[in-house]
Amino acid sequence: MALVMPNAVLSIANLRVSFPRMEAVRGVSLALNRGEVHCVVGESGCGKSISALSVMNLLPRGAVRSADHIRFHEHDLLGMSERQMARLRGDKIAMIFQEPMTSLNPAYTVGSQMAEVFERHRRTTRRQALDRAAELLARVGITAPGMRLAQYPHQLSGGLRQRMMIAMALMCDPELLIADEPTTALDVTVQAQILRLLHKLQQEMGLALLLITHDFGIVARMAQRVSVMYAGEVVESGPVEQIFKAPTHPYTRGLLDCIPVPGVTKAGEPLGSIPGVVPRIAPGFLGCGFRDRCTLATAECAETMRLRDAGADHFYRCRLPPNWKQGTAP
Amino acid sequence: MTHAIEVRNVYREFQQRSSLGRARGAVCAVDGVTFSVAAGDVLAVVGESGCGKSTLARLIMGLLPPSSGEILVDGRSLVCVDRRERARLIQPVFQDPFSSLNPRQRVRDIVGLPLASQGDLPKARQSDRVMEMLARVGISTEMAERLPGQLSGGQRQRVAIARALVLHPRIVVCDEPTSALDVSVQAQIINLLAELRRELGLTYLFISHNLAVVEHIATEVAVMYLGRIVEHAPTQDLFRQPMHPYTQALFASVLTPDPALGVPDVALGDAYPDPTNIPSGCRFHPRCPKAFSECPATEPDNIRKDGRLVECLLAVDNQTRADRGDGSVAHFQLDR
Ligand SMILES: Nc1ncnc2c1ncn2[C@@H]1O[C@H](COP(=O)(O)OP(=O)(O)OP(=O)(O)O)[C@@H](O)[C@H]1O
Ligand SMILES: Nc1ncnc2c1ncn2[C@@H]1O[C@H](COP(=O)(O)OP(=O)(O)OP(=O)(O)O)[C@@H](O)[C@H]1O
Ligand code: SF4
Ligand SMILES: [Mg+2]
Ligand SMILES: [Mg+2]
Repeated sequence: MALVMPNAVLSIANLRVSFPRMEAVRGVSLALNRGEVHCVVGESGCGKSISALSVMNLLPRGAVRSADHIRFHEHDLLGMSERQMARLRGDKIAMIFQEPMTSLNPAYTVGSQMAEVFERHRRTTRRQALDRAAELLARVGITAPGMRLAQYPHQLSGGLRQRMMIAMALMCDPELLIADEPTTALDVTVQAQILRLLHKLQQEMGLALLLITHDFGIVARMAQRVSVMYAGEVVESGPVEQIFKAPTHPYTRGLLDCIPVPGVTKAGEPLGSIPGVVPRIAPGFLGCGFRDRCTLATAECAETMRLRDAGADHFYRCRLPPNWKQGTAP
Repeated sequence: MTHAIEVRNVYREFQQRSSLGRARGAVCAVDGVTFSVAAGDVLAVVGESGCGKSTLARLIMGLLPPSSGEILVDGRSLVCVDRRERARLIQPVFQDPFSSLNPRQRVRDIVGLPLASQGDLPKARQSDRVMEMLARVGISTEMAERLPGQLSGGQRQRVAIARALVLHPRIVVCDEPTSALDVSVQAQIINLLAELRRELGLTYLFISHNLAVVEHIATEVAVMYLGRIVEHAPTQDLFRQPMHPYTQALFASVLTPDPALGVPDVALGDAYPDPTNIPSGCRFHPRCPKAFSECPATEPDNIRKDGRLVECLLAVDNQTRADRGDGSVAHFQLDR
């Protein structure tokens, strides 16, 4: 399968994460090269954050992780001790968490939280670390660094907090950045600036970026490769042009239809949406997780669904043939 | 005519201490804002991160007192309305359904809390009202018994909406209600909000970064920059012809899902505004791609015309043009 790349910065094979009575991630594989942006999209609750947290080994209590491997370059992260992981986290591998408020300590100032990361990995003085922090705040468009570094998280607006998290993740020039919905709290002009900064790091420093987002505008303009998740599985994966030009899984197609398009979607008319909700996946679940909501489901969809090749490095997990849209209803 | 919301020349400052040096600065998060929203309308507030949108929302909900100025809700000054009554008039839906719901309470209790604290309905009626509201937002009786942690993000946001609507308020303040949600859930929530507005005649103040959603749901849009409203217009007019250079930059930054394009550079530069040190003249001038010699020196007035407002020196109304002797011009427009 083309998903295994010999020189990948990150390679995840057959990742599974379960909670008591539910399976959150069911056999996810993906790989990411140096200088590549790989976007992960999918409905709320489909396992995107849990997959990302698995790489960092920061899963919530009660979660059980297993995989064939989770490799960072040639090192298997599965076998690493907590001390070895701690040395990588925030240094060579950084993560921007989805909820800044839960990952920031409300009792410490922005400055001391940012400086702490740098001091730990680079053994610098507080002064040097604060200078570095001020430099990165400027790069994410935050002015008055003196004032900002002295503030507590609750004194920042949602977007300032999110940019602070981004700056913090970039403190040690990571090789791999896992960004979980990093721009949801930002207006579009600041978002564009942050994305241009990440693009620059990708081009100039070879940053590998695993970008979780629900914004197809970001996917289209940032990704080289896209993985679409549904109910704990990657249901479609391919080069970005393919995903937009020839979405093959019915879920991907439904998702693309939900986007309000300025000038096309009529004000006052309901937006397109996919009726129903993501099912709760109990252990032992078989078949396509989307079948309850899929208008094209048949009895076949309740059986084990293998990954199919649509050509051009494009894969999907559905009973339908790759060209089903062109033909009459199969 | 009574407006649902009326904000009159409102200011709100936050005092700030600096780590480097001992200087104290003040951030003026809301810096002289005036607007009103007619009953049944949806006013969207958009603008740069940190420009004061959430502060404005908290002021309107009475969660924060203004430093100066006056806010009227349903024709009455907020200072004269007590907490219980305010809860019946105006309710919030916040961005983050994760932190705004008590993790240790069942869904039905969360939604019932506003009714219980009003204390004027018998218990049985309260419970009926809760279940009615939950059903209205698409939460099943079975889900009503769960804890928030056992629901998906979209379901949690539905619960937050049910809690906001259970008292049948006149006004709902939504601060980024869908930005934490994926597109299909976002569509469901936006459709629900639009439906409820039609049915219950609600007024919304709707803060969002998603301009496509704003165009879809809002009747009017206010654009904020560094504590001030720099443009305010009916939605269609604004989207057809944004006048303020900041609004234009905002629209140009929208990422349409086109993989052939990269991330645009809208030429605002990196001179981000320092809220403790507001630029002279037009506060947008250091980043404005259209700034000219007058901009650093002269503070632009509010120019009002045809139900629109814009705060930019390039915007000139007929009167000024006539004064300047450039003849009569049919439209309020940007020259240069
Ligand atoms: N601590 C937990 N205990 C039990 N189940 C959990 C826990 N954390 C997450 N889950 C479940 O795991 C599944 C995957 O969650 P995850 O947070 O990865 O979703 P996501 O794809 O990131 O969604 P979103 O777009 O809403 O962030 C969800 O169904 C969620 O309910
Ligand atoms: N409690 C507080 N103490 C000090 N400063 C504050 C406080 N609350 C807000 N501010 C400051 O007021 C300004 C406006 O913040 P606000 O939260 O209103 O912005 P916003 O427009 O909602 O931004 P975002 O889009 O990022 O949510 C920011 O500079 C912020 O740091
Ligand atoms: S007044 Fe000048 S600087 Fe301000 S927005 Fe208009 S052109 Fe730009
Ligand atoms: Mg998530
Ligand atoms: Mg805000």
